Amino acid sequence: MAREDAPADDSRRRFLQSSIVSGLAIAGPGAASDSASDIDPAVSTYPDLVVGKAARLAINQPLLFTYPDAASACLAVKLGRRVPDGVGPDLDIVAFSSMCSHMGCLVSYEAATARLKCACHFSMFDPEKSGQMIIGQATQNLPQVILEYRAADDTVHAVAIRGLIYGRQTNLL
Amino acid sequence: MRDRDRISLPPRNATKTQLTCHYCIVGCGYHVYKWDADSEGGPAPNQNALGLDFSKQIAPLQTCLTPAMTNVLTHADGKQCNVMIVPDADCKVNKGLSSTRGGKMASYFYNAQGLTKERLLYPRRYHNSQWIDARWEEALLVYAGLLKKILVKDGPEAIMFSAFDHGGAGGGFENTWATGKLMFSAIRTPTVRIHNRPAYNSECHGNRDMGVFELNNSYEDAALADVIWSIGNNPYENQTNYFLAHWLPNLQGATLDRKKSTFPGERVEAARFIFVDPRRTPSIAICESAAPGRVLHLDIQPGTDTALWNGLLTYIVDRGWIDRDFIARHTEGFDITVARNRMSLEECSRITGLPVGKIKQAAEWSYKPKAERVLPRCMHAFEKGVIWGNDNYRIEQAIGAVVLATHNVGRRGAGWVRMGGHQEGYTRPPYSEPPSRYPAADSPIAAHDKLIEVDDYIVSGHGRMLTYWACNNFQTGNNSQNVREAILQRSNIVKRAIASMRGASADELVDAIYDATTQGGLFVASINIYPTSLAEAAHLLLPAAIPGEMDLTSMNGERRMRLSEKFIDPPGDALPDCLIAARIAQTVAELSRRDNDTELADRFSGFEWQTPEDAFDDGFRRAGQPGAPPIDGQGGASGHLVTYELLRQAGNNGVQLPVQAIQDGKMIGTEMLYVDGKFDTPDGRARFFPSAWSGLLPAAERQKRKHAFWINNGRLNEVWQTAYNNQYDPFITQRFPMATLQMNPHDMQALGVAPTDVVEIYNDYGSTLAMVYPAAEIKRTQTFLLFGYMKGIAGDVTTTATDPHFIPYYKGAWAGIKRAGSMPQFKRTVSTKSRYF
Repeated sequence: MAREDAPADDSRRRFLQSSIVSGLAIAGPGAASDSASDIDPAVSTYPDLVVGKAARLAINQPLLFTYPDAASACLAVKLGRRVPDGVGPDLDIVAFSSMCSHMGCLVSYEAATARLKCACHFSMFDPEKSGQMIIGQATQNLPQVILEYRAADDTVHAVAIRGLIYGRQTNLL
Repeated sequence: MRDRDRISLPPRNATKTQLTCHYCIVGCGYHVYKWDADSEGGPAPNQNALGLDFSKQIAPLQTCLTPAMTNVLTHADGKQCNVMIVPDADCKVNKGLSSTRGGKMASYFYNAQGLTKERLLYPRRYHNSQWIDARWEEALLVYAGLLKKILVKDGPEAIMFSAFDHGGAGGGFENTWATGKLMFSAIRTPTVRIHNRPAYNSECHGNRDMGVFELNNSYEDAALADVIWSIGNNPYENQTNYFLAHWLPNLQGATLDRKKSTFPGERVEAARFIFVDPRRTPSIAICESAAPGRVLHLDIQPGTDTALWNGLLTYIVDRGWIDRDFIARHTEGFDITVARNRMSLEECSRITGLPVGKIKQAAEWSYKPKAERVLPRCMHAFEKGVIWGNDNYRIEQAIGAVVLATHNVGRRGAGWVRMGGHQEGYTRPPYSEPPSRYPAADSPIAAHDKLIEVDDYIVSGHGRMLTYWACNNFQTGNNSQNVREAILQRSNIVKRAIASMRGASADELVDAIYDATTQGGLFVASINIYPTSLAEAAHLLLPAAIPGEMDLTSMNGERRMRLSEKFIDPPGDALPDCLIAARIAQTVAELSRRDNDTELADRFSGFEWQTPEDAFDDGFRRAGQPGAPPIDGQGGASGHLVTYELLRQAGNNGVQLPVQAIQDGKMIGTEMLYVDGKFDTPDGRARFFPSAWSGLLPAAERQKRKHAFWINNGRLNEVWQTAYNNQYDPFITQRFPMATLQMNPHDMQALGVAPTDVVEIYNDYGSTLAMVYPAAEIKRTQTFLLFGYMKGIAGDVTTTATDPHFIPYYKGAWAGIKRAGSMPQFKRTVSTKSRYF
């Protein structure tokens, strides 16, 4: 786990607030319809977690972390291209649950094709399209970790999750 | 689309019923949990009906549960309930797996605020140029009144249907029986086409004429086979959980213990798979990734299957890799077939484009004896690449010659099976054959010669009344642009007549509509759960129900019959199809009595059913019983042993038809057909039929000569049928805003098109639009178009080429492709990454 900083104690807040603060750097208007702004603000209060420094993320080298708690494996990846929901100085950092939304096997990032692949039932997801299922047996896209970038200290923060994490009734246990 | 991050859990006291998946042939078992909308279960395992501990992260593969598997539904009395529909881990079919299609079932039940809000709730009549909802009695007075008038004045042939013949949603034993009884016993019309083809025929006449029913083994046989042939079949996308739970484990060697115990003393190893498909499919990529070196892809030239099988037959006969004893004792026609089909491997290679070595390799894997007089156990699975292939009947019988010669039917670990599209569920009176074929044939048709090509009949101006029953041929049909245009033109004549009627009674409307049909008009009704694109042509829409809103029985690809139990009322006034058929018949009978036509009233009697179970008892359970009329049914003469009560007890594992007996209150089924070597022919001997290679069907060949691109077409994993549910689901529409055309990037470059650009696909039969999806895995000039979608209709560029029995060569489309435009939002929102693992 590459968690670099513990979340600040006072960082738990309603997700609606964080989405307003961050603006989430949506790249294109077309992405707005399925952007984080559609998360029901009444649903959950997510922790704020520092995933890492943007400068230390290398292109195509996923950073593993857990969010919103230690049992929920996630990965962040710097794609090297500006993408919807991407954050960081280049608007190219995104993060997802590592647990396939079908039956929870760990997905792996294939750098050559920029696909997230699950070897259990061969579902694949596109990190450049908000976790859209390319092909597979899931009934929802790969849950996306909503990130926020703070330029002052170059940190990437996880602030919420879009979609239900595998194997849970609710994202926050 | 809101992405929910929480679901309600069923409490311990939630009701639990069984439901077979609505969609594909596999028929995965699911459980429906239902409980009060105001309550929910707790996270501890003793607080929820799933028995899972949601207070902590659940480990991988322990559950399959997403927000899509939940919904809030409303009973007819207004009471709301939560439902959760999850796969059954104890079901032998899917073993707890859920596909992306079945996993959406809960979302696709009616919710006025949900994805399904467009469901038809009430009969809907076209009246004074607009649609109005109506009561059943009002709607049926017009429908039944017109039906009766046409029947009396013109005879049954002018009353036309396009109807399901399958199981699952929009089908099932109850509904095929009721519609069949209406069409063939009461109306007695021959002018009926099946939902996906223009006549009343079988997709497997070839197999059946050889004496082999096309679903003759069990899914377990795929786990026991030495070799599986997947011919024109892409199982990951189309029979997902059969492939994942039964095929793949065999390929990966995970079933060796079962093979050893089932075949003691026989050499066994992990299976080998051979795919026959011009296209590299996602299934092939998965198998090669899972078991390198154990997969062979015979990427034949489109339409050359018959040549491949004739070459294989010749090769293995010449080497003696056949079962001469079986051939002598249980078959007829072997020698003449071998002689007529004879083709050298060199000729086979020239036609199919396959290297000789590759064909030999396939033959050695599959047919070279494992030991003295021990032939490999080789399962031959086929589907739409054959069924919608270049002369269905000929290909099936060419494959069948190899299958019979090697005794790969009626032997465990073998089987000659179609993989299937929908589930099955057929019980009907015999088809009302016409006196002669329409259109007349140029040369004699050896079998099944009395059929009507209904689309052609309609386009030619025949018929007065057309009912689409649980299907939509505006999106699924061959030569569909021409058929659609003809129907719209004829429908408009009736629409104008209806609009001109002011203050008319039902009888006056019937007279006006009838008069319009004498002017070339066509009355169109659609019985469905949604308005569908047919609403453009229709004058009447009747609302139907789905399994779960009704009790319904079907069987899957291994003849496994289950009861899907009703757990919620149909929305509005919607009714099960069987009861719609009954109400139609009852209304015709009433009108006949009113007009003192007792003979006609008698013809429309026998529909006094209150429930789907009544229809089941009347059809499925009466087949072959003393005093019953002739009934063609997949339950056979022992169908009477099957009851709803026994099926409830049998749960999601049901019973494999035919039922042999009832023992200790349980139904004993049949795992494999023909183990006794007795086939479905009068003398029990299977028949070989010569099937010499004869080139491409002419209509397809002409388009091939004119146009550069082959427009292969078929399903994608995520989309079911015409997308009748999917079209309202953002999970699907964001992914597939229109039909995709997969294309080699070099072809894209040559055409000057980029990923997600829209292209026009055109030939002499029509044109359609599609969104370009790059696929480096596909050969140049060979493309793949999503079939059946609501935007971009593949059938618009398929030709009129059919086999002798009007089975279309859907796969045989060649066309030009031209850039039509681009949709900037598709580029932003639609992934075009490779679908190959």
